[in-house]
Parts: sequence; C-alpha cells; structure tokens
Amino acid sequence: MEALKISPGFEKVMPQEYLELVEDGPYGRGLGVKDLGTFKELIEVHPLCAGCALGLSIRLILASLPNPENTVIVGTTGCNAILMPQVAIHNIHCLFGNQSAVATGLKRALRLRYPNTHKDVVVMAGDGGVVDIGLAPTMHSWFRREQFTTIMLDNEGYSNTGGQESGMTRQGVVVNMAPLGKKFPKVPLHEVAKVAGCAYVATATPARARRLGQMVRRAILVAREIGPAYVQIFCPCSTNYKFPPAESLKRAKETEITEYMVPEAKEWIERIEKGPKAEEVSNEA
Amino acid sequence: MSTLIGLPKNGYRVVPGPEAYLSPSAAIMGVVLPEEGQGLIEGEIVPQEVAMEEIANRLLSARNPMLFPGPLVLWAWSDKAVAKAKALQDMVAEVPGMRIIPMPDYRPKYPMINPEVEINPNHPNLTIWHNNIDVCMFVGVHCHFANLALKIVRAGTDCYTIALCGERGHEDAMITLRDVHAEEVRKITETIKRVKMGRVSCQKEE
Ligand SMILES: Cc1ncc(C[n+]2csc(CCOP(=O)(O)OP(=O)(O)O)c2C)c(N)n1
Ligand code: SF4
Repeated sequence: MEALKISPGFEKVMPQEYLELVEDGPYGRGLGVKDLGTFKELIEVHPLCAGCALGLSIRLILASLPNPENTVIVGTTGCNAILMPQVAIHNIHCLFGNQSAVATGLKRALRLRYPNTHKDVVVMAGDGGVVDIGLAPTMHSWFRREQFTTIMLDNEGYSNTGGQESGMTRQGVVVNMAPLGKKFPKVPLHEVAKVAGCAYVATATPARARRLGQMVRRAILVAREIGPAYVQIFCPCSTNYKFPPAESLKRAKETEITEYMVPEAKEWIERIEKGPKAEEVSNEA
Repeated sequence: MSTLIGLPKNGYRVVPGPEAYLSPSAAIMGVVLPEEGQGLIEGEIVPQEVAMEEIANRLLSARNPMLFPGPLVLWAWSDKAVAKAKALQDMVAEVPGMRIIPMPDYRPKYPMINPEVEINPNHPNLTIWHNNIDVCMFVGVHCHFANLALKIVRAGTDCYTIALCGERGHEDAMITLRDVHAEEVRKITETIKRVKMGRVSCQKEE
C-alpha cells in the first residue's frame, strides 16, 4: 500500500506493532471475516467487559470493511467509544448524537478532496446515540440520501452510563435505572429506515459472524454507489442485563436476521458478487 | 508582516518545567507565533538563523538528546515526507548520542503503550522520564497533538523542547522554527556541523 509505507530508514525505530500492521495488516488486501486469525487485526485487545457482544461485533465489522485504508468511522459516546480510539483506522468521536451530521460533512468533503477514490464513511454508534438523542441527524441523513453507512450497535439500553432505557429496549424490560419497566415497544428503526430512504437495510447478529460481515460489506458498497445504508446489530450486554458473559452469543441469536435492498442496490450487489474476485472490490471512484 | 521582536509584554518565558500540573498555554501568556524568516526562543521572536544556532547548541550540549518524529515524517505518504525523513536522519547522525523514538500515530493504547519505545501525545512525560531525556525535538506531529504533548512535557518535566514545524511554529516549545521542510532541516544540520567544528577548534586552542 502506497500510503502505508514507512519512510526509509525509520523502520528500525518503529514499534513492532506498526511493522506488523504494515507487513501483515488488512489494508488493501480485500480480507474478510473468514480470514480472521490469519492477519494482523486493526484491534487486538480492548477494555470492554468480558463477553461483550458489542466488542465482538466491532471486531467483525472492522474485519469486513472493503477498504479499511480508505474508511473513516464516525462514532459517538457509549461503550464503543472506549474501544474505538485504539483502532488502527481513522475514526472521529462526536458529541453524543451528532454523528450523522458530522458524517454528512465529512463524506461530502472527502468526495470533493478525493474525486477519484471512494472514501467510505461509516457511522457506528450505540442505540441511544442513534435512535434517541441522534435520531434527527440520523433520519435527516437518510432523507437527504447521504451516501454513508450507519451501523447501530444495539444493546437495548444505555450501557455506558449504568443501564437506562433506550428506544430500543423491549417493552416490559426493567433495566438498572428504570425500575418501572419499559412502557412502549422497541422502536422498529430498520423499518423506518426503509421508508426514510435507505437503499440497504439489514438486521444482524455477531452470532452469525460471516453473515454479519457480508451485510456490513454490502451496506458499505451500496452506500458508495446507490444511497444510504443501515445495519442494526444485536449486541446483548451481559453487564446491564445481568447474564453470564459466556451466554452472550446464545442470547445474540435471539433476534431476526433480515436484509432489504432497493432494486438498484440488489442489481449492484449481484454485479459485484458475481465478479471474478468478489472480495477484492476496487475503491476507485 | 509584523516586525515584532522580543518577549511578550508580561515577560513570560517558555522555559523547562515542571511548570504546573496544568501549565498555561504559551499563547494565553502572550507568546505570538513567528513570521516568515523568524523563530522563537523561549517565547522570544528571533531571526531564524539565531534559533538554528541555539538548536545546534542545545542538541550538542545535551546528555541525552532525542528526536521524536511524528506521522507526517514517519510514513512515506509523499516524496516531500521521504526527503524530510532522510534529512532528519542525517541530522541525527551529526549529533553525538542522539536517538529516535517515534510517535507513529495518536492512539491511546490499551492496556498501555511501552513509553520506552514509542511516544504518545497522551503521556509524553512518561517517555521523557523513563528514558531520562534532557533535550528533545518534535517534528512531523500534527499541530494540535504537538501543542498538547509540548504542554504536558513542560508541565511535568524539565526537558528542553524543540519543535520543527512545517506550518507556523509551536509557541509551546522552548525553541521553534516555522516552514521547516527538508531543505531547512539540512540547514540545521549544517549549523550543527559548524558549531561542532567551532567547539573542536576552541578545545584545541585551550
Ligand atoms: C450530550 C451528552 N448527553 C449525555 C451524555 C452521557 N452519556 C454517555 S454514554 C451515554 C449512553 C450511551 O448509550 P448508547 O448510545 O446506547 O451506547 P452504549 O453505551 O449502550 O453502547 C450517555 C447518555 C453524553 N456523554 N453527552
Ligand atoms: S456495559 Fe455492556 S455493552 Fe458496555 S462494554 Fe460492558 S458488556 Fe459491553
């Protein structure tokens, strides 16, 4: 990778981790979830709770980016924000809820600055960040058909602040700081996304790792060419929902996997995936 | 163009710390950035050549001089970056005992970085302390991270800081030069060689 070469002579002072990232990282190699364990990952260790399904989902998302060297992740406050600054990829931390507004400006600026390269912008935030405080910027980015991907890490509550209800908490559930129980149903944001203008919408789980990877990849490729994409990933939180961490994946299966594409998106994805090297999608615009 | 030469009116000098847990930014204390052809020594605006001479003196007098190259020169992202990286390595070779500790990016590392082998803007003081560095030179570090690191170093250590900047300079360093590219680095190297020769001939006379 041209952009990931060390200036000659400085190799001898670079820490081992960077030498490995240059020699064996995922940049420009078209790797995916199936290759995990065979390359130097963008994140290796993280400070999230043991068994955190959100941490696992982020690992899978990072492994699924079509062109990590040309991707910027835009995040916001929440458990993911503790992990993200340590990832070996450009990422921006925004004011809580502001992520889709920042991503809008960023995507437009990158398109002007790099007209010949696809720079993928991916919003990745918790359910509180997307469906509650960030709902207006999220929805408006879809209404405006902004071409970036929004990924919601849905742990059905505000975990980072000790367990408050979010719009995604299921009806009747009692979380730590909401003793009366949720009074209304989980917001069907994936349904809202379809009518709000998303060209690709999926609901995924880290319990089906390859399928999750395929969905993230498809979402990003659709966002490049067709229109906004939304992926909602169910990430059960053992700390706030008080179940043993070893049960996370079993719980993560308790959700529906769905996928929706507008006809142009379907056509585009079929064209790419039928190509000789479906994994190696060029990022030339 | 400003012809301002001198210290801020309040006499504030950007000198080695430890200054305070939260040292004030030099800009707040009235230090202004140099104009073209100028540099700063401890907050005072001086001609560029004077600052280069002082850089040479400081590096050559140091017990443990260290170069902290940042991402803008560590990574070969342009021909200019590669040329500047080469010029910097040639400069280091001219300073007896000078070593290099990189700042490859600005990530806070979990569980902790090894401050002996890399420097990070979030805790540059650890690198200075553990390696016992008395004079350091920052180069190729993006502005806001350089300002942050320089302030933390001044706040908690007695290290003398030098910042070579490709843009307008860093008022939070004890010495700074602006518009530094490969050619200017080579000029500093020439100054170092000249000062070294001067020291050798002085010793001979003694
Ligand atoms: C503007 C603003 N309001 C409130 C907060 C406090 N806050 C920090 S994290 C958080 C909850 C995040 O919940 P969610 O987005 O669901 O992410 P999770 O931690 O569950 O992954 C809140 C309310 C904040 N940081 N900024
Ligand atoms: S509180 Fe929940 S979501 Fe947050 S890191 Fe822990 S397990 Fe993961």
